[in-house]
Amino acid sequence: MSLDQLYQQIILEHAKARHGSGLAAAAAPEDASSGQSHQLNPTCGDEITVRVSVAGGKVSELRWDGDGCSISMASASVLTDLAEGMSVGELRTVIDSFREVLRSRGKVPADPEVLGDAAAFEGVSRYAARVKCAMLSWVAAEDALGQALAA
Amino acid sequence: MVATPAHLRRSAITLGNDEVLRIRNDFPILQQHVNGKPLIYLDSGATSQNPLSVLEAEQEFYEQRNSAVHRGAHHLAVEATEAFENARETVADFVGAEWDELIWTSNATEGLNLLTYSFLNASLPGAAPEATRFALAPGDELVVTEMEHHANLIPWQELAARTGAVVKFIPIDDAGALDLEAAAGIIGPRTRILAFTHASNVLGTINPVAALVALARSAGALVVLDACQSAPHLPLDLKALDVDFAVFSGHKMLAPTGIGALYGRSELLNAMPPFLTGGSMITTVTMERAGFLPSPQRFEAGTQRISQAVALAAAVNYLSETGMDRIHAWEAELGQRLVQGLESIPGIRVLGPAAGQERIGLAAFDVAGVHAHDVGQFLDSRGIAVRVGHHCAQPLHRRLGLTATTRASTYLYNTTDDVDAFLNAAADVRAYFQA
Repeated sequence: MSLDQLYQQIILEHAKARHGSGLAAAAAPEDASSGQSHQLNPTCGDEITVRVSVAGGKVSELRWDGDGCSISMASASVLTDLAEGMSVGELRTVIDSFREVLRSRGKVPADPEVLGDAAAFEGVSRYAARVKCAMLSWVAAEDALGQALAA
Repeated sequence: MVATPAHLRRSAITLGNDEVLRIRNDFPILQQHVNGKPLIYLDSGATSQNPLSVLEAEQEFYEQRNSAVHRGAHHLAVEATEAFENARETVADFVGAEWDELIWTSNATEGLNLLTYSFLNASLPGAAPEATRFALAPGDELVVTEMEHHANLIPWQELAARTGAVVKFIPIDDAGALDLEAAAGIIGPRTRILAFTHASNVLGTINPVAALVALARSAGALVVLDACQSAPHLPLDLKALDVDFAVFSGHKMLAPTGIGALYGRSELLNAMPPFLTGGSMITTVTMERAGFLPSPQRFEAGTQRISQAVALAAAVNYLSETGMDRIHAWEAELGQRLVQGLESIPGIRVLGPAAGQERIGLAAFDVAGVHAHDVGQFLDSRGIAVRVGHHCAQPLHRRLGLTATTRASTYLYNTTDDVDAFLNAAADVRAYFQA
C-alpha cells in the first residue's frame, strides 16, 4: 500500500483545518448536557480532550483540544463534522462502525454511507501502529457521550 | 566474518564505506527490501541487528552444548557451564571488568531494578549488617539527570518512594549539556547515589564521567552508570571510569534480546542483599534460612539465559575484531553528517549538540508542523527505519518543549549513503505534509 493511500488528501486537509478544535476557548453550551473525556496514547505522548454536548437527543456540539499526528488530528476534525447534528444513536452507530473498520487490519471495508468522510481512514487499518492515532478522539467522544447522558 | 583479516582492517583509524558494506554482508536481516526500497536501518539506538556469527553461536550452543549450568556432572553440563562462564569473561573483559563483577540480567532495565531492589532490601528491618551501608532513610538523596531514559529514572523514584529518600536531578542547558555548576550544588553530603547516562539516547551527548564521579566521590556517594548507548558504540573501560555500577543491554550491541549485564565493584556486590532468590545462588539451605553465594551467583537465581550469554560474547567478539575505537570514529563521522545535513534543512531542529560538537552517531530532531509519527511513516515508505516518539525520555522532551521527536541512530553497518538517503527523504517531509 502506498503512502498516498494512507494519507489521503482529505486527511491531510483536515489535519490542517482541525474543525472543532478549541475546547478551552469556549464554554460548554448552557442549554445542553455535556461530558468530557481525556485520552492519552502512551507510546507517543499524544493526547486529546473531547467534549460532547447533547440537547434534545442530538449532539449539539463537539469540541476538542489535542496535540498529535496528522492522523489523530484529522480524525478528530472529521469526527466533529460528522457528529454535530447526529442523534445519540446515530453517533454510537458511526463510532462502532469506525472501530470495526479500523481494527479489521484491512479486512472490513469502510461504508461511506455510514462513515462519510471518515471512510478515508480505511487505509489506517493496515498500519497497526497507527490505529490508536485514528481511534483516540473517537474513544474520547464515546466516553464523553456516555458522561453527557449520565449527567 | 568478512574476508579481510582483522589485523588489516585495524590498520585504518575508521571504517570507511567499503568495509562497512562488507560488514553489512554479515547481517542477513539488512539484505531485505521494505516498501520496495532497500532497507536502511537507522534504529540501532533502539535495537541493533545480529551478525551471522552471533546467530550461529546461539544455534551452535543449542545443537552441541545445551544443558543447565553449575550443576550436573555430565558432559553437556560441563560444556554448557564452560561456555556460559567463558562468555562472562569475554563480556567482562570487553567493558574492563573482572569476571566476578559481571552479573547477567535480561537487559539494562533489569540491572537497574536489581540495584534498586537490593538497596530497598538493605533498607528494610533485618538486613544483614554488611548491607546497612546501602540502607536509605528519609532525607537521603538520589541524584539523576534531566536527560535520563525512564529506565534510569523510575526505579530510583520507586526506591525513593519506599524509603523516604528524595530524587533530585541535574538540569541540562538548551544545547543538551549537563549543567555541571548546578550539579556541584546538588551533589552534597545527603547524596547517596548518583545515577546518570554515559551517552544520551536522545541528545547524543557524551557526559563528562570523570567530573561527575569526582563530585560523587567528594560527597561519598555511589556512582551508577547507564552504559546502554556507550557499551555498543565506544571503547569502554569501567575500571578506568571509576564507577561503582554500570548497566548495558545486549540487544543494542549485536546480541539477541533477553541478555544484558550489571557491573559492580566486587566489594560492593558481595555486601549487597540479593534481589531474586532461589536455586543456584545459595550455600546452605535449611527450612528456616539460607546462606548466599558471592557475586556473580549471588544475583543469578534460577536457570540462566545461557544461549543468550553465549550469543552476547559472540557479539562483543565481533565488535572487538572490528575495533571499538574504529567503530566509534566511524559513527562519530556519521553523527556529524546527520547533524550537518539536518541543520541545513529548513524547519528542522536538531536536539543536543550542534554540528562540530562531540556526539555519538545519532540525531533526534523536530520537524516544524509535522508530527514525529508522520515523519516516521514517510521515511518508512522510502525503506528507512527510524524511531519516533519520546524515546522513553518524557521529562527531557518536556524540558525541550516537545512531545515527540524522530531519531536516526547509526551503527557499524551504516554507510554515508544510508545517511544521505535519510537526509534526502527528511528534506521532502514538510512538502509532503504541506507544512
